[in-house]
Amino acid sequence: MNTVTLKQNLIKFQSIIALAAMCIALSLLSDRFLTPENTWNVMRQISVNVIISVGMTLVILTGGIDLSVGSILALAGAVTAGMLKFGAEFTDANLYIGFTLLGALIGGTLTGTLLGWFNGFTITRFKVPPFVATLAMLTIARGLTMLWTGGFPITGLGDNMAFIGTGWLLGIPMPVWISAIIVLAAVVLTNQTMLGRHIYAIGGNETAARLSGLKIKRIKTIVYSIAGALAGIGGIIVTSRLDSAQPNAGFGFELDSIAAVVIGGTSLSGGKGTIMGTVQGALIIGILNNGLVLLNVSPFWQQVIKGFVILLAVVIEKFNSKEE
Amino acid sequence: MEKQNNIPRPVLEVRNISKDFSGVYALQNVDLEIFPGEVTAIIGENGAGKSTLMKIISGVYPEYEGDVLLNSEKVAFNNPKEAGEQGVVIIHQELNLVPHLSITENLFLGIEKTNRLGLLDYAAMNKQAKALLSRLHLDISPSTPVNQLRVGQQQLVEIAKALLLDSKVLIMDEPTSAISDQEVELLFKIIRELRSKGVAIVYISHKLNELFEIADRYSVLRDGRSMGSGQMKGVTHDQLIQLMVGRDLTNSFQKANTMSTTEVLRVENLTVQNPQNKNDLLVDDVSFTLHEGEILGICGLMGAGRTEVLEAIFGLYPKHVSGKISIGGKELKIRRVNDAIAAGIALVPEDRKLQGLVLNMSVAKNTSMASLEQISSFSFIRKKKEEELSELFIKKLSTKVASSNQTVGKLSGGNQQKVVIAKWLATNPRILLLDEPTRGIDVGAKSEIYRLINELAAQGMGIIMVSSELPEILALSDNILVLSESRLAATLSRTEATEEIIMKAALKEKE
Repeated sequence: MNTVTLKQNLIKFQSIIALAAMCIALSLLSDRFLTPENTWNVMRQISVNVIISVGMTLVILTGGIDLSVGSILALAGAVTAGMLKFGAEFTDANLYIGFTLLGALIGGTLTGTLLGWFNGFTITRFKVPPFVATLAMLTIARGLTMLWTGGFPITGLGDNMAFIGTGWLLGIPMPVWISAIIVLAAVVLTNQTMLGRHIYAIGGNETAARLSGLKIKRIKTIVYSIAGALAGIGGIIVTSRLDSAQPNAGFGFELDSIAAVVIGGTSLSGGKGTIMGTVQGALIIGILNNGLVLLNVSPFWQQVIKGFVILLAVVIEKFNSKEE
Repeated sequence: MEKQNNIPRPVLEVRNISKDFSGVYALQNVDLEIFPGEVTAIIGENGAGKSTLMKIISGVYPEYEGDVLLNSEKVAFNNPKEAGEQGVVIIHQELNLVPHLSITENLFLGIEKTNRLGLLDYAAMNKQAKALLSRLHLDISPSTPVNQLRVGQQQLVEIAKALLLDSKVLIMDEPTSAISDQEVELLFKIIRELRSKGVAIVYISHKLNELFEIADRYSVLRDGRSMGSGQMKGVTHDQLIQLMVGRDLTNSFQKANTMSTTEVLRVENLTVQNPQNKNDLLVDDVSFTLHEGEILGICGLMGAGRTEVLEAIFGLYPKHVSGKISIGGKELKIRRVNDAIAAGIALVPEDRKLQGLVLNMSVAKNTSMASLEQISSFSFIRKKKEEELSELFIKKLSTKVASSNQTVGKLSGGNQQKVVIAKWLATNPRILLLDEPTRGIDVGAKSEIYRLINELAAQGMGIIMVSSELPEILALSDNILVLSESRLAATLSRTEATEEIIMKAALKEKE
């Protein structure tokens, strides 16, 4: 009886154990790992991935996938930067509208939400498989970013904008604050609310959920909209940190995000997984990246190692679910 | 050696076979003999164990008690491929063809011919395929993709596949369920040819008339037991029906008379089109009424439209239903599940694992799934209320669980079914639709569910119960509808209904 509970606890806390093991190993191997600067550095670096991955977790919990988050991030960042710097000019009407920082931030987030909603719309209305619908959006949003920026970065966005990505509040970097608030909200959403319960039910058994009267289409559309909105917020942070909206920002972010979700123990077939698992997954990837840089491992090897870590995580997960 | 005397030796024998699925016996001490050059019909109601028996013979279920003998030697097939290599081939009810591949490619799937270079030898395969097809009177190019064939033609391709394997025992599971009369004629012609070549054929069908035409021998199964076998010659229609259903009522349930005169549901001219094919009616002009405290039993063979009647009332075919549904005297348009729930209708679906439960969720979460609003405020779920709700029904239905947090997938079938019922009782329904409420659950849990259904009726709920188990229908129902080929074949009150009458109505074919 005791051994069973020990085993179950080992399974339950495996990512935390893996994290702890990595931290101990790295602090033994490198002087620079366990310093306050490096710790905050890692946290700041992973915060954007954490934010996107929260949305990705919700999508994957319903049994879907979102490949478009990287491109949506870029477009939302560019829209925010553009609105802030240039405003909106209508030469025909001889009208110019300037935006405050708040206006630009809302504009960027809404852009992300709208594209996410469109993903949800095509998936639920036309039954396009999520993989295909969001793959199409990956291209569409990247193209729109190029159109919006003309292919050039939008730079010089001012100190207030820069504060979001680089500032500190009460000794903690702003991006970490933002991601922590989002994580907290998502934990409440998944554990305490009807929407959260519905997300798990749809991913666990869509037929049973439908027969129980759940509004499948509406719920899925909301989830993809949330994923888009969070990608938009990620785009704002990236833009702010660089003081520039890069047309190729967020390239490949969807893969890092899916990796974080999977390493965090969420099942790609839906219905099983947690937000905190994903946070741990993002931490593992972030610390691994950081550690490999500190240990001077070549960037080429870094990619190989990261790939194997993802495989290992999934193999362990499969093994565990058989044990249960 | 083999023909020392005139008594034919069976090519395949089944001796004392039993098979259980997690404690529930699907087959018990079944015997069967199959002779070369004969067609043996396996007869029985839905759930009598016919398919299970065939799956054991053909290696789909490698684990069972008892012996299977092929040419008097004991065999134990681990999978259908091994059985096929020994000449025992099954043609399943659902076809096992790869739709986009050609006839030839399907025929040779897994046994492809190659030339010296190791590449596929299409010329040789096509030639052999063409020869096979002409033997089956099928005048189609072997390079036609099978999804361009009609179902009956696909059935023949399956048979061609069996011929290619040089089968000694050919098992056909409901081969005529989806094909036209002409194709049936062709199929019978082929069966007779195979028979004359010494192939032993096992033929499973509900259609008794067909069996009198094609079969030489019969073997009846009932509730997983052998009920008798013999020559088709000399046996009558009624005798076979008697063997299929004539059991004594082991459970002594008799429903109390709780039916009131207050009408709760009226269904008029309900018609459901097949969403895939508008000319195919899943339910054809069915009308009935349900009163408070009444249990209305619906029976019929598989595919007769029983489930679809319930699903149509529950709003699952919003674009394909016509007819009038009135609840408490008021006509109602039910376009989605939520409309049905709001009108006080609940559906306990046929397949609890696929349709009823989220298996990796807890008992409590499954119980509250259709009534989350009741236990939430401002869309936040009150965990305490959820637990109370779940505990209440665990007690009420005496569900055996370690706690309400237990994962529902780990419960037994009977307890899982109770969780599905609890989920729907939590919505406070006035009308409860039950689709095969006791399928695959053990006897103890069955009688508990009967008692519960009775209690609910006594509280004034209107209940419609679809079941393949006639004793269950007879013991519980106030009135009984019999469906046959999507139409209402009979409406019987409890006093006039017997198993024989129901079975005859269910077997009635369209004139």
